[in-house]
Amino acid sequence: MTATLQIKRIAPGATVQDLGRPGFVAQGLSQGGAMDRRALYEAAALLSLPAPVAALELAGAGGEFTVTQPVRFALTGAPMRAAIDGAEIVWNASHRLEPGQALTISGLLAGSFGYLTFAGGIETPLWQGSRSVHLSAGVGSFLSSGQKLPVGNDPAFSEPSQFLPLEDRFKGGAIGILPGPQTGLFPKETRQGFARNAYRRSPMANRQGVRLEGRALPIPDAAQGLVSDFILSGDIQITGDGLPVVLMAECQTVGGYPRIGTVVPSDLPKLAQAPAGAELRFQWVEVNQDPETGWLAKYRKEVQPLVRDPRDMRDLLRYDLIDGMIAGDEPEGG
Amino acid sequence: MSDPLTPELWPFRDDALLVRFARVASPQASGAVQAFTAALADVLPKGVVETAPALASVLIRFEPDTGVAKVIHTAVQSLLQSRDWAAAPSPKASRIWHIPACFAGEYAPQLAEVANLAGLTPVKAVKEVLETDIRVLAIGFAPGQPYLGLLPERWGFPRQEALTPKVPAGALVAAVRQLVLFANESPTGWRQIGQTAFRPFQPEAEVSFPLRAGDAVRFHAVSPSEFDALRQGDPMGGARVESAS
Repeated sequence: MTATLQIKRIAPGATVQDLGRPGFVAQGLSQGGAMDRRALYEAAALLSLPAPVAALELAGAGGEFTVTQPVRFALTGAPMRAAIDGAEIVWNASHRLEPGQALTISGLLAGSFGYLTFAGGIETPLWQGSRSVHLSAGVGSFLSSGQKLPVGNDPAFSEPSQFLPLEDRFKGGAIGILPGPQTGLFPKETRQGFARNAYRRSPMANRQGVRLEGRALPIPDAAQGLVSDFILSGDIQITGDGLPVVLMAECQTVGGYPRIGTVVPSDLPKLAQAPAGAELRFQWVEVNQDPETGWLAKYRKEVQPLVRDPRDMRDLLRYDLIDGMIAGDEPEGG
Repeated sequence: MSDPLTPELWPFRDDALLVRFARVASPQASGAVQAFTAALADVLPKGVVETAPALASVLIRFEPDTGVAKVIHTAVQSLLQSRDWAAAPSPKASRIWHIPACFAGEYAPQLAEVANLAGLTPVKAVKEVLETDIRVLAIGFAPGQPYLGLLPERWGFPRQEALTPKVPAGALVAAVRQLVLFANESPTGWRQIGQTAFRPFQPEAEVSFPLRAGDAVRFHAVSPSEFDALRQGDPMGGARVESAS
């Protein structure tokens, strides 16, 4: 049965996102889609879905939600505090919500983007094959309090709630980078230096790009007068001040700044989730060892039944996997 | 004399290849891109998600799978080596757009400056824009927004040093032998020589991206009062498209 999601309140910056719309580079439209694509695959695995569906991307803060019919939902991506009618529930898990109950999501514990996925998917109208809001293209807009969204049919409503161990991708760290068409414009010393330096994610970040702080790189002479060329998400462009900007889901399709390399797609979610100030260290890699085509199968293997014992649940809520990141910030009673 | 091109084939991320004919813009590179893109359509193996031309390069995106990647790499490489793409004749446009544009008064704030840079009178400069066989070279920077060209060599002046804080949606701006028809109000280093009521990105319409790379474009000069009437109408702004015979 289809349900309606009622957004009682929602923090700024939230949008509907699926995996985006590939195939429009020739028309000047980048693929867009979720900033942390892994979170959508995790949700699909938790909800026993054949493929990811459109979800709510929460930009670091949550909201309060009710539904008109019983639904299953998953909470994935950046761990946040969540509760149903005030009783805390486990992140990175699937749950049920009944009409009359209120789901509240608050306090970000690590990372940047949390995802609320309903098993039936958000069924806002498709545009060019996708429901993703593409802010920089002016396709759709931010969600707002009071809005109602259609939720589709749950294909597996009787499936029990499940849990996935939280991945270690919410605090920055090592990021693999692939050489690309413009890497050769940068001298070897610059390329090595880029991998030696530590960078920090700047507070200046949005769905188009993430600026990094750290040691500026010299702009190579070979980049003078460069004709605008294709950009794909993950590309690391070196702007006029010598600092890197990692281009994200809603990047432009062409650009004139030279690009030293491309974040390997398997690590782009980690970069998207790195909170402002998090340290990032880049490492040159030759191949993507963990392509997106294998993510759903991998997460399906890792899902486990959600533990019902409240004491075990408190353990899960502590997110020990995010070693030390949230020390002193555990949920009450944890 | 045409400069020889040095075509390169690069892996790009784990799901794309980039064919780059040159690092700087040139008529030879644009010609090679057009000819290569047209030829590519006939040889692509399964697994290709999309191909797209830019000013001096062509992007080929595929499903991220190493088996597919190898087959596509081989197919693209052998096509690339099969001939001198800079010398290849430009493919015939299959569609011709007729787009009304106003090149007068407030709608052409930098026409006199541009004509001067090209060594022409404003009247002659507009005449050249109207008479040149203009193609959509690439679409980018903003959704649907075309790079058009190439204009005669005397239009090879660079962008201005300072940014114009904003030109309106529909502005026709010139630099480096090209025109850009802006999709949205935007700051730019290009000089505005005219304005159209045509919107190259129409998200609400059935065809959201009216233009395609390779389309021919003819501008038709209209008076400011005719233009004001066109902009009251639909987002096509009086533009119409015909199939080239």
